[in-house]
Amino acid sequence: MSGIPINSVTPFLLNQLAAYGVGLLLLLAALGILVCRRSFGIRFIYASCALVCSALVCVALWALLAPGQGLEAVEIPIGVPLGRTWLALDPLSAAFAVIVNLTTAIVSFYAIGHGTHAAEPQRVVPFYPAFVAAMNIVLLAQDAFSFLVGWEIMSLASWALVVSEDRSASNRRAGLVYLIMATGGAMALLLAFGILAGPEGGYTFDAMRQTAAFKPGAIVLALALIGAGSKAGLVPLHAWLPLAHPAAPSHVSALMSGVMTKVAVYGFVRIVFDLSGPPSWWWSIPVLIVAAITAILGVLYALMEHDLKRLLAYHTVENIGIIFIGLGLALAFEASGFAVAAALAIIAAIFHVFNHSLFKSLLVLGAGAVLSATGERDMERMGGLIHRMPVTAFAFLMGCIAISALPPFNGFVSEWLTFQAILMSPQLPQWIPRLLVPAVGATLACSAALAAACFVKAFGSTFLGRPRAPSAAAAKETDRWSLGAMLLLAALCLGAGVLPGFVIDSLAGVSNLLVGAQLPVQSDQPWLRIAPIDPARSAYNGLLVFSMIIIAAGLTGVIVRRFASHSLRRSPAWDCGFPEPSPAAQYSSSSFAQPIRRVFGSFVFRAREHVTMPKVGDTGKARLQLDLHDTLWEALYDPVIRFVNAAADRLNGFQFLTIRKYLMLVFAALVLLLVIIGAWR
Amino acid sequence: MIRDWQTQLVQLVLVLVVAPLLSGVTRKIKSRLLRRRGPSVFQPYRDILKLIRKETVIADNASWLFRTAPYVIFATTWLAAALIPTFAAGLAFSAAADVIVIVALLGTARFFLALAGLDVGTSFGGIGSSREMMFASLAEPAMLLVVFTVSLFAGSTQLSSISAHMTGPSVGLNISLALALIALIIVSIAENARIPVDNPATHLELTMVHEAMILEYSGRHLALIEAAASMKLLLYVSLIACIFTPWGTTVAGSDTLAYLIGLGAYALKLLAFGFALVMFETAIAKMRVFRVPEFLSVALMLGLLGAILLFISRVS
Repeated sequence: MSGIPINSVTPFLLNQLAAYGVGLLLLLAALGILVCRRSFGIRFIYASCALVCSALVCVALWALLAPGQGLEAVEIPIGVPLGRTWLALDPLSAAFAVIVNLTTAIVSFYAIGHGTHAAEPQRVVPFYPAFVAAMNIVLLAQDAFSFLVGWEIMSLASWALVVSEDRSASNRRAGLVYLIMATGGAMALLLAFGILAGPEGGYTFDAMRQTAAFKPGAIVLALALIGAGSKAGLVPLHAWLPLAHPAAPSHVSALMSGVMTKVAVYGFVRIVFDLSGPPSWWWSIPVLIVAAITAILGVLYALMEHDLKRLLAYHTVENIGIIFIGLGLALAFEASGFAVAAALAIIAAIFHVFNHSLFKSLLVLGAGAVLSATGERDMERMGGLIHRMPVTAFAFLMGCIAISALPPFNGFVSEWLTFQAILMSPQLPQWIPRLLVPAVGATLACSAALAAACFVKAFGSTFLGRPRAPSAAAAKETDRWSLGAMLLLAALCLGAGVLPGFVIDSLAGVSNLLVGAQLPVQSDQPWLRIAPIDPARSAYNGLLVFSMIIIAAGLTGVIVRRFASHSLRRSPAWDCGFPEPSPAAQYSSSSFAQPIRRVFGSFVFRAREHVTMPKVGDTGKARLQLDLHDTLWEALYDPVIRFVNAAADRLNGFQFLTIRKYLMLVFAALVLLLVIIGAWR
Repeated sequence: MIRDWQTQLVQLVLVLVVAPLLSGVTRKIKSRLLRRRGPSVFQPYRDILKLIRKETVIADNASWLFRTAPYVIFATTWLAAALIPTFAAGLAFSAAADVIVIVALLGTARFFLALAGLDVGTSFGGIGSSREMMFASLAEPAMLLVVFTVSLFAGSTQLSSISAHMTGPSVGLNISLALALIALIIVSIAENARIPVDNPATHLELTMVHEAMILEYSGRHLALIEAAASMKLLLYVSLIACIFTPWGTTVAGSDTLAYLIGLGAYALKLLAFGFALVMFETAIAKMRVFRVPEFLSVALMLGLLGAILLFISRVS
């Protein structure tokens, strides 16, 4: 069979295929209820999810690379009364659909092995395909109705997965906080779409685009920041995220951290860049400020953490900050008419979305493998796992390098692109962004360096050193499915870092749609390098850097092997002559973070250390007590909780009135409402 | 084009060969300032050769990471050092890796060094790694802000273009550049574990950082790490020389004489900066470890100030 010409497939067919994919996933969710009690059934559901998602990746990639003229949406005759549901893959949807489904496919592959370890699979298996389907509905939706329905199913399905292991009180609390925050976020999005739809009720995205210029964009921006930002984890709306993400089974945590936050970013981009019309220049300011604070606080919280999965969840918060820095820069450039710079910033942001979905899922999956091998999430009870889980350790290390933005991996490329966007910003005409952007750049640089510190800590205290607990000493390497999935993700991280030009080129359609410009075609550049604006200004060649590192290390290895002494002897650790045999004497996760806590933490966390020394001659133990405060929670959430509790106490009395008093209340309410209506007229 | 590749190859060999000499010269000058005779300037070469020939002893529970890390550290540092134009601008790799990549490559080397420090599970290794990463969390952003300032000034992040721009007629004294220079000097002192941040000559002292991380290394592994450390010193000196004193550096396509002048000028610059570094080190006392963050914050703030001045003084 000769190859089908790429343009002969109509976008309509692709949209139809995508819609069928979503339908299949929903079918799998129903099937999951029936087969979830058998290990074979569980494997079947996850394998089918992996298959359907892979197919969806192909469809979305096709739609991304060969965008058709016009958008022939698939019409499904159910929806709001007298309405219909519209599904289609425009370049933005297609790009995010590729990212989401690629990672989901690999995570499902991992789950084929890992998912059978679950204590109560019937509480996980049916919701998993529903969760994936809902994320796809959000991405495919071309009207507010199906967007919000998809969003709500996504929230509810993931909530069900968070509380699937609800035997511990902390998981139940995580579920409650998550549910409340998700409800609030969805409410904000509902209002945002309400404003965009206007009094005519034009609830399709097409109708919104046509009337967008007449809408109060500032309110829409604020609502989008609250609605999508709370799901993505922008500070201070991130509070649910480090509670809920780690509570779920590990493969679901990977989807929530790596993928669902990306769907939230999609929601923000769709509303602010696509539906709200041309931005004003000051829109970028709140976005940049919130993003910079999110990036730095996320990583500082992560550094204070010694629960591996919570540490990773806080890093999601940090990376969302980095993504929103890119989006804020894009807003600033677009509003001032620098279309190419805006394209650079938005591509940097979406590239980071792609990268983060890969390396964050890799890291969470690695944490899941460690969790199922040792039964521990606390890094203070791990150590030395590199000897017992070498392949997991290798894959996790690759993820650590990628997330710390170190070359030649992919995290570095998107951060490099963001820095290039920052270096474009002196041309902005307004003063405030010009003052703000260098500070944002400094914050970004700071958070990257702190992330490296944090992942030295995470990898070091989990995999290196000596085991701190018997469970860590007895750990076994995880199953082959899981290892395959992690190695695949690691390879993709390296691939996207070495050949970033292909990723940038395939995002051209997105930047054309959102800011009306695209970067120069990168595959025209010699030697597979990338040069986003002008090769004389800045260029990066991941392939060359990678191969040079390999060649230099290989050459060194050959020379050392040829000329150096070959003898190698194992002996007890030197440690300056005084090795301490107890593994408790090693640097632990919290002692590793102590210097950074002293530098940054005294301000951010009101960290205080109290040392209690026994009296002279007393042989009792000395104690070190550490006080850390989650200042954001105490300043913002505690007052709300106190208020709600106090109000509930007051209102409690209304439950025990006589019927006469109830009738009086009803009458009073009626009178009050009539008075208000009368005053209104 | 051919010339670019030749220059790049010469550069790769040059940094490898010259780096221990720079360490040797600084040690010699320091000894003389302290009224000691000091070892020969070629002592670092002898040390490395001696280490290479010796037996390598590693701890019982050292993992594969411990054994691969020296190669990664050496390779990334070598590559980063070779990316800086020393005697001639227009390196073949300039178009592939800009100054942000150089900072990040050093970050990769540091990442592996810190992990290697944690691998055996000793308290000295941990103390070194933890403090090194704390210093880096301030030094790296300061360095990047210097990079921002210089790149904005030259309109490029490629060192060859920056160096060429700095030799051009349009550059005069500039407050942002002065701030960037001070910040970069502070960062180089901290990153190379020099006094007042760390003492390269001590052993068995609770405030040591770099030495604590590599305490478990011996033999060929230690040789690689020592060579990488001396290349890192050379890298920072070359970077300062390349950006702030680009005089004498040839541009691509000049004749052989210009290349020789470039080499001579580079040697002089290395000597001058090595001397200045040692003078500073001799005149100052070592800091307590928690004074270092304040010292580095100065660099960060100066870098930020320099960048902000450029951002707001740019007339669009």
